[in-house]
Amino acid sequence: MTAIDVSHPGSRVAAAFRTCRFTGLKVDIAAQRLIMANAVAAVIFLAVGGLMGLLVALTRWPAVHLLPSEWFYLVLTGHGANVLLFWIIFFEIAILYFGSAVLLGSRLAAPRIAWAAFALMVVGAIMTNVAVFQGDSSVMFTSYPPMQAAPNFYLGLILFAVGALLGVGIFFGTLVVAHAERTYEGSIPLVTFGALTAAIIAVFTLASGAIILVPTWLWSLGLVAEIDPLMYKVVWWGMGHSSQQINVAAHVSVWYAIGALAIGAKPLSEKVSRTAFLLYILFLQLASAHHLLADPGMSATWKIVNTSYLMYLAVLGSLIHGLTVPGALEAAQRRNGYTKGAFEWLRKAPWGNPAFSGMFLSLVMFGFIGGISGVVLGTEQLNLLMHNTIYVPGHFHGTVVAGTTLAFMAMTYYVLPLIFQRDIVWPKLARWQPYLFGIGAGGISLFMMGAGTLGVPRRHWDITLTDAMHPFDLPSGGFLMMGLNGMAAVIAAAGGILYIVITVGTVLWGKRLDKGEAPLTFPVHKQAAAVAEYGSHATVKLPGTIILVSIFFLSFVLYYFVNWKYLSEIWLLR
Amino acid sequence: MAISPPRNRLWWNEPIERVEIGWIVVAFLWGLFMFVFMIAWHFIGEQNLSTETYRITPAAYEEKVIAFAEKYQVDEEAGGVPVVRPPAGEDVYLLARLWEWWPVLELKKDQSYRIHLSSLDWQHGFSLQPVNINISVHPGYEQIITLTPTQTGDFGIACNEYCGIGHHVMTGRIRVIE
Repeated sequence: MTAIDVSHPGSRVAAAFRTCRFTGLKVDIAAQRLIMANAVAAVIFLAVGGLMGLLVALTRWPAVHLLPSEWFYLVLTGHGANVLLFWIIFFEIAILYFGSAVLLGSRLAAPRIAWAAFALMVVGAIMTNVAVFQGDSSVMFTSYPPMQAAPNFYLGLILFAVGALLGVGIFFGTLVVAHAERTYEGSIPLVTFGALTAAIIAVFTLASGAIILVPTWLWSLGLVAEIDPLMYKVVWWGMGHSSQQINVAAHVSVWYAIGALAIGAKPLSEKVSRTAFLLYILFLQLASAHHLLADPGMSATWKIVNTSYLMYLAVLGSLIHGLTVPGALEAAQRRNGYTKGAFEWLRKAPWGNPAFSGMFLSLVMFGFIGGISGVVLGTEQLNLLMHNTIYVPGHFHGTVVAGTTLAFMAMTYYVLPLIFQRDIVWPKLARWQPYLFGIGAGGISLFMMGAGTLGVPRRHWDITLTDAMHPFDLPSGGFLMMGLNGMAAVIAAAGGILYIVITVGTVLWGKRLDKGEAPLTFPVHKQAAAVAEYGSHATVKLPGTIILVSIFFLSFVLYYFVNWKYLSEIWLLR
Repeated sequence: MAISPPRNRLWWNEPIERVEIGWIVVAFLWGLFMFVFMIAWHFIGEQNLSTETYRITPAAYEEKVIAFAEKYQVDEEAGGVPVVRPPAGEDVYLLARLWEWWPVLELKKDQSYRIHLSSLDWQHGFSLQPVNINISVHPGYEQIITLTPTQTGDFGIACNEYCGIGHHVMTGRIRVIE
């Protein structure tokens, strides 16, 4: 059953399938089990890492100041690894298996290797966590040398990356199998195309990770004499930042997928949406420079070319999705009969469906908070104002928490019924979950950005500087922002706990959907099941989307120039 | 649907929506503008980070900083940290180590100084407050920036690159006088 044989195109390998009664998709049972395993692991690491995040935020809330300093730095290191790497990449592997085997109606290539990959990832993730909790690896997620962690800290990350790379290989293998066995006609679906984008970027990313983490591991064992700190930063961020672009490609795919499942949305034009993904593949990898704008050694030309992804061509990809995703939603809603005015389509959208509301909040916050701040932060000179202040975590909580994590949570509300075949329990709580988490995540992003603008440093246990040799006062506004950040973190944590409770509750006690004809609590749109009707959208007017995109663009331009004004007021530098 | 193959197998021949074309043009031009503006700021702006950098061993850098501090020392702060007042336009050396910025500098407003930055041990983050100028400092690399203070008063330097358990006590001071 698990033997692969792609050398003879057309040859069938035995695999068990079921047909989904909601979407009509043919689901490979082996793929289904692997999706479940990876999703469960993802949620466990989200729970661990999320709790650590709450402890970090409560420590940085000046009035609470929860943890002692050693614990604070330890927990902050664990928070980064568990949520930014383990939660997100486990979930992404699940998305890759879903986007290939399930959407193409194919068997998964080499399920046994996929299980080995899963085991490697679990072992690696646990090994790194153990190293962190042993206390001699509080080096932060970035682990910049010459600061050194225990060897197992790096080894765990390496094993995890190798496992993830195998998983990506399974995805490519499945595309080959599906093509050879002709399980679909024409081109792969847009969501699979987005997943392919994520997978290609993942290869670059994981290779960068191996190139830098393997020698760093050997250095921690005493086998390599020295790791140059600047070289480390350039290559490490080839993994560290580019892996965030895997997230972007993956969560944009999730936006399209939820649009299709929840309201029957289809892309305005396949060509534009796919080209936007292509721009990610071509240009996103240059982003390592975002972390070196305030560093010595790099020329201004290198910085400008790289930080702008060569004239902002990857940003262009995201800006295109910023129009085509809401545009596809508006077009679908207008076809569904909500045609009044500019915004009836939005007002009457299924806001009670947590998959839809989570997706839409993710879309808006990723664009307005994470996207705009990312471009501003990544501008060569403006970076001086915010580099390594808490503005930086503010920005990436806007992309990775309010954007990626919220999108993945939203997707879970379809993964549970369609893959786990369990109906969502406690639908009233589920309805509120994305709003609670979304408001919290948006809050922590904005308040950390505010505090960073006022100079509050990141990864810092005591901004009162009480025990310092040269104490000075940071602006009181910074303290206020850190307090508000703590409160927003509590709200986000409540949303996160609700997500874990609903997910675990559904898996254990949700009504089984594989027997009987029970409908879904949060239904799949009837168009989504109509496989016969697909292709690009016919020409439609999209006044609502045009207004939304115009507001976005004006905010972007305004915020961009406000920061140049700030910059022009600081001391002169040349 | 986005989750099923495009019906039109020649989807790349389908026309593009006008609203999409319009937005792509606007977004592309905006990107081009932002790209050009970074270059332009090197000519029209007065805040550009110098990229003048030399390799140096931490020991050699420490010697240079100590010699500089002895030459221009005018005072001493609590804890024995020298206060150093270099003449305007002079080379000024600041070192980062676990966990302090050393020495305390006294500069004149509206005068330019060539500030040398390097670390003796781990990576550190030069964060001048409340001005909010933030620069990464590496061991083994000596970066030189030309800085002109435009305000008077006492300014703090925090460390904003995590550098171990004393990270939050790592500070320094720059005093700017008329």
